[in-house]
Amino acid sequence: MNSKNLRLLIPLFSLLSALAVGSLVIALAGRDPLMIFQKMLHATLGTPYGVGQVIFRTTTLVLVGLAVAIPFQVRLFNIGAEGQLLMGAFTAAMTGTMLPATLPSLVAIPLCILSAMAAGACWALLAGVLKVRFGVNEVIATIMLNFIAQGITGYLLTWHFAIPSTVHTARITVNTIIPTFGSVTGWFTNSPANLSTLLTVGVALLFLILFYYSRFGYEMRAAGLQPEAARYGGINAGMHTITAMSLGGAAAGLGAANIVLGYKHYYESGMTAGIGFTGIAVALLAGAHPLWILLSAFFFGCLEYGGLTVNAWIPKDIFMIIEALTILLVISFSAFGKRLL
Amino acid sequence: MGVAVRLSGVSKKFGSFAANSNISLSVEKGTIHALVGENGAGKSTLTKIIYGIHLPTSGEMVIQGKTVHFTSPREAIKAGIGMVHQHFMLVPELSVVENIILGHEQTSLFGPLSLKNTKALILKDAEAYGLALDPDALVASLSIGEQQRVEILKLLFRQADIMIFDEPTAVLTPSETERLFATLRSLRDKGKTIILITHKLDEVLAVADAVSVMRNGEIVGTVPAASVTKPELARMMVGRSVLLRVTNPPASPGETILNIKRLRFRTPQGEERLHDLTLNVRAGEIYGIAGVEGNGQSELLQALWGLAPVGSVISGEATLKGHSLIGKKPAEIALMGVSHTPENRLRHAVVLEYTIAENLLFGRHREPAFHKGIGFNSRTIKSYTEAMISDFDIRCSSPERQPLSALSGGNQQKVVLARELNRPGISLLILAQPARGVDIGAIETIHKKIIEARKSGMAILLVSSELEEIIALSTRIGCLYKGSIRHEFSQEEVALKREAEHEFEKEIGLHIT
Repeated sequence: MNSKNLRLLIPLFSLLSALAVGSLVIALAGRDPLMIFQKMLHATLGTPYGVGQVIFRTTTLVLVGLAVAIPFQVRLFNIGAEGQLLMGAFTAAMTGTMLPATLPSLVAIPLCILSAMAAGACWALLAGVLKVRFGVNEVIATIMLNFIAQGITGYLLTWHFAIPSTVHTARITVNTIIPTFGSVTGWFTNSPANLSTLLTVGVALLFLILFYYSRFGYEMRAAGLQPEAARYGGINAGMHTITAMSLGGAAAGLGAANIVLGYKHYYESGMTAGIGFTGIAVALLAGAHPLWILLSAFFFGCLEYGGLTVNAWIPKDIFMIIEALTILLVISFSAFGKRLL
Repeated sequence: MGVAVRLSGVSKKFGSFAANSNISLSVEKGTIHALVGENGAGKSTLTKIIYGIHLPTSGEMVIQGKTVHFTSPREAIKAGIGMVHQHFMLVPELSVVENIILGHEQTSLFGPLSLKNTKALILKDAEAYGLALDPDALVASLSIGEQQRVEILKLLFRQADIMIFDEPTAVLTPSETERLFATLRSLRDKGKTIILITHKLDEVLAVADAVSVMRNGEIVGTVPAASVTKPELARMMVGRSVLLRVTNPPASPGETILNIKRLRFRTPQGEERLHDLTLNVRAGEIYGIAGVEGNGQSELLQALWGLAPVGSVISGEATLKGHSLIGKKPAEIALMGVSHTPENRLRHAVVLEYTIAENLLFGRHREPAFHKGIGFNSRTIKSYTEAMISDFDIRCSSPERQPLSALSGGNQQKVVLARELNRPGISLLILAQPARGVDIGAIETIHKKIIEARKSGMAILLVSSELEEIIALSTRIGCLYKGSIRHEFSQEEVALKREAEHEFEKEIGLHIT
């Protein structure tokens, strides 16, 4: 078998084995796996509403996946997508409530999106600067920044911006809401899928071009693969480290915009639910390639929403186990596959 | 004397590629048997078969009279085979003795190590073979030559009778090489069988008893070392006659291009590595810097290419046509018309994962001629790549798909030289160790290209630890010792003395040690 076939077979095989293990866990919980999977399939991809839900989740996952994948091009491990997402989400909600209601949507929405992206980017930038200036390991820096982001958003929400006796902020003004597909084209009615999905696909394509077809990407990947040679070649590796982290953070910020501006319309405590960490799995499964990320995010999107739909039969905890096991299996198999190649 | 290793009809295929085909070889007990060949000729595959890393696809192997089928190095070790790898397999944090017994502790997992007895054994071996070492020293504190001695002691401790040395002199200084050869001879005299893999023909002739030459995965001949000459061996290796020394027509240097005056370099640790270094390089000449490594070569190169580590202090002058090079960044220096091939090709000059075409662009990717939109102009790059490949005889199958790591060392170096020699508008070329890790056939091409560049009027600064190379190429030679030019040979002297190469090497040797 040549290595190209193998490269495609390994993710497939890992997904199948994950399904098998998932079935086993379901069976152990006393349910018929086939029935559960059938229900899941129907609820996710069988109805327009389900498809919309999956698309909505996939969109966020693509963006947090990119948040991990972009820094990975310079061999940096961004564990901080969650924190960047939090900062982006809070900023989006704040901008959304503060912008005057008279501003046309065509101005207000981009402003909100940009503010979310800027917040995510700044948060990731911190880790990049720490790395370049002081040599702080980016894994540690981003993990710590996650805690700090949690602290900041938690404090600001509870003590300053939460509507009394709730855990969320005020609603954003109507002109900053990203319209859902349902309201524009009538697709996926009532589901949270919104127009930021289109933007996200565009962003993924943009990064594809940036990585593999631009001089910027050429320099950036070289700086990641062989930092010392990059210096000899006159490439500013530090600049690329900082840029890659910031771009990653900006992607996470866009993911936050999808949730806040497209769906919830306010910032709520715990709304990101650790999806930033799933981004790591999304990026790893896709080998940090922007196009494969679309696919791997879709897979995790199905899994996420599918898990919710079968709540009545399978306890949430069991499904959490299945999801985590799946990620673990997929990552182990891809690592194993790389050794085979 | 019997036969220590006999291979008959051994082949090894990787997919459809035959790395070794139909190898028959017998290595006499108690001899030094050299295995020579260009990079990619199949030497390392063959040794990996003998050492049990690869299982041959077909053929038979007999060790000390017994037919064997090794499935792992462990079995080979048991059969009395040991190997000193090119990159040492030592744990730097452990002491010499701990490294030597590693994997052969001969005690239970939690039992005490019998370090004392072992130490005595090691000291005895060390004395017998001239491998003086402090058994308690940390491996990290040892020089490369000493680390190699640890590897040899390791084999002796395991009572290996057949010892494979993979390019053992690649990392050694000339005196360390002499010392290693003395050890090899005494090992042989005590009945050990030594298989020496190398591509340096002088060494083969100096130390080996028999030589097998490999080419394209086959053994093209085995001859007694005493009955063969260097040009004959080279011809066997490459398959055609090779010029071991390029013709170097007289140079007529022009104006001074690079002017270095009283250059000092202090490292961040406070060591003075360059001490009032003064030299100049004129257009159309090659200024060779001869010297044992570690006498300031790296620091000179760092200073000239804008890569001095943060915290180092540089004083004095280094000017290119009157403009200072000190304190500038590599990209700015390149723009001034300087080109540089670094000492350590793999670490500094290429990105192994990038394709050949991408590597031909590396460092030159800022040149507008290659640009189109935000990316690269694939058509320009294609024609440039093709031109370089044919001009420098780079052996590859598909430059746009093959990663550089798929090429042999010589061809990788050709990629680097092709790229650096063809930068537009260069007046100064800084070449560091251009022939390191490169086989004979490729050296010929590389040296020819360097002479051509000189003829076209470039000023060339050549830094090399190979005296042979310095003598063959240089117009003038500066002997670098402890950070300054201790002696300089003028153009007339070099031209005259080049004829008596060995004498000249000795004379230079006096100035650099």
